[in-house]
Amino acid sequence: MRANPVTGTISYLFLIAVAVVCLLPFYSMIITATHSNTDIAQKLLLIPGDQLSQNYHRLIGSVNIWRGLLNTAFVTVVSTILNVYTATMVGYGFSKFNFRFKETLFLAVLATMMIPGQLGIIGFYKLMDTLHMLDTYWPLILGSLSNAFGVFMIRQFADSSVPTEIIESGRIDGYGELQLFHRLILPLLVPVMATYAIFAFIGKWNDFLTPMIVLFDNNKQTLPVMIASVKSQFTSDFGAQYVGIVISVVPIVVFFSLMSKRIISGVSAGAVKG
Amino acid sequence: MKSKVNKSAYGYLFISPFFIGYAVIGLVPILYTFYLSLTKWDGFTDPVYVGLSNYQRLLHDSFFFQTIGNTLIIWIFSIVPQLILALLLALILNEKFIRGKHFFRAVFYFPNLISAVTLGVLFSLIFDWQTGAVNKMLMNIGLLHDPINWLKDPWWSRAIAAAVTCWQYFGFNLIVFIAGMQSIPAEVFEAAEVDGATKRQMVFKITLPLLRQVFMFTFITSVIGGLQLFDGPLMLGDGPGNTARTMIMYLYETAFKAFDYSYGAATAYGIFIIIMVFTAITARASRLKE
Repeated sequence: MRANPVTGTISYLFLIAVAVVCLLPFYSMIITATHSNTDIAQKLLLIPGDQLSQNYHRLIGSVNIWRGLLNTAFVTVVSTILNVYTATMVGYGFSKFNFRFKETLFLAVLATMMIPGQLGIIGFYKLMDTLHMLDTYWPLILGSLSNAFGVFMIRQFADSSVPTEIIESGRIDGYGELQLFHRLILPLLVPVMATYAIFAFIGKWNDFLTPMIVLFDNNKQTLPVMIASVKSQFTSDFGAQYVGIVISVVPIVVFFSLMSKRIISGVSAGAVKG
Repeated sequence: MKSKVNKSAYGYLFISPFFIGYAVIGLVPILYTFYLSLTKWDGFTDPVYVGLSNYQRLLHDSFFFQTIGNTLIIWIFSIVPQLILALLLALILNEKFIRGKHFFRAVFYFPNLISAVTLGVLFSLIFDWQTGAVNKMLMNIGLLHDPINWLKDPWWSRAIAAAVTCWQYFGFNLIVFIAGMQSIPAEVFEAAEVDGATKRQMVFKITLPLLRQVFMFTFITSVIGGLQLFDGPLMLGDGPGNTARTMIMYLYETAFKAFDYSYGAATAYGIFIIIMVFTAITARASRLKE
């Protein structure tokens, strides 16, 4: 269908306007991070300044933000692996085995998605205290076992794309059930595992409430909590705060520019199935 | 399954990680929280059973009721423009003649990937009344004479919390809507075109009705997510007289700042009931709206 030029122009103008609103705060963030506090307080800043390294050194002087980045990377990678692996196992179990109460149990899995995450937070804190897991990464890593959405996604995929004959032939060849899962099934599920891994990764990377309440040692803290503490520690040092934000945003920019097609098609796939 | 050996019992083995995991980090904490809500516990001494007194206190807690109102206001201010914007942009981006579709979708979706904490800090700086870029810009172009103290005004502070949330999530809804539109078979539109339907008729008679399922999904997930708003608003602050404090912020402040864990536990259950009620209302309303 040919577009009428007026509608076309208005459409583009609207798209561009919204895109500018999306990008402007990030532009302002990068520009402002390069100016001195006096300039930040007095002027509207539109072009880069030369104070980036001074701001950076004041920030690093009291908040070890790179440590936070490393901590977050460690927790996120370990959790994502555990999350995706168990979701795949459970999704495969629901897809390819017949057992009593299967559909009821599957509904129970889906029902956990409707429970607000913060309902049990105080009991969780007390339980982790009782298990001597406070101020360790265990609560953060174990949290990734609650992965109903992943189970759902992987079951959908396994239902349609893992032929039962493969399982049959594996059994005839004398594979044990776990061996069969690892050798024959996992390779077939790699595409959906990769898509789900992106969701799991982003969710964990941005996790804030749980690390804030279970970790006490500043050196163990994750990046989002460090950013929050930068805000309270550097109340009037805006330059340092902006540099902290830049450091937390830049890895996501890199990640997204490498993976944007995959992330967006993953979100679309998740949405259609949901 | 027609396997000669009955392997069905192995199914339980494969699904067990979820149930064991959820029991430990989900179910037990939820039940434990309920037990704690019936006690007096400050985190240092042992919990003492006190019956329903925390719940009685909650029913008379005007601070709690204020946070319910604040959360609903922020949620409505963010969800309405969010869905309208997402739908309009999705309709535009679904047109064949538009170029750079991937670029626009990527730009619109990008804010969704940044942690709400970072965005909260960023916007609290941008809206800072003395040093923030927004006031300076508005004063430079002459729209404002004196700076507005955005985050210290009851309605502006809520509106900003809502705007940041809207800005962060409209791109996600946009992608969901486009995915929904693309799942409508092209033949439907071709047939309508042959029958002489206008663009407008196609949108209102085909696209929107067929997206009902998608809208329901979006509404319900947005109630559950929107009523749990926390990270971003926490960084933007409580507002004057707590006008921008959300329910989960109150829960956090009660339990982990004032160390009244048992009252926090009762608050958590109060919030749960409110979220369930609003989820049910939304589910009912979207089903009724034929």
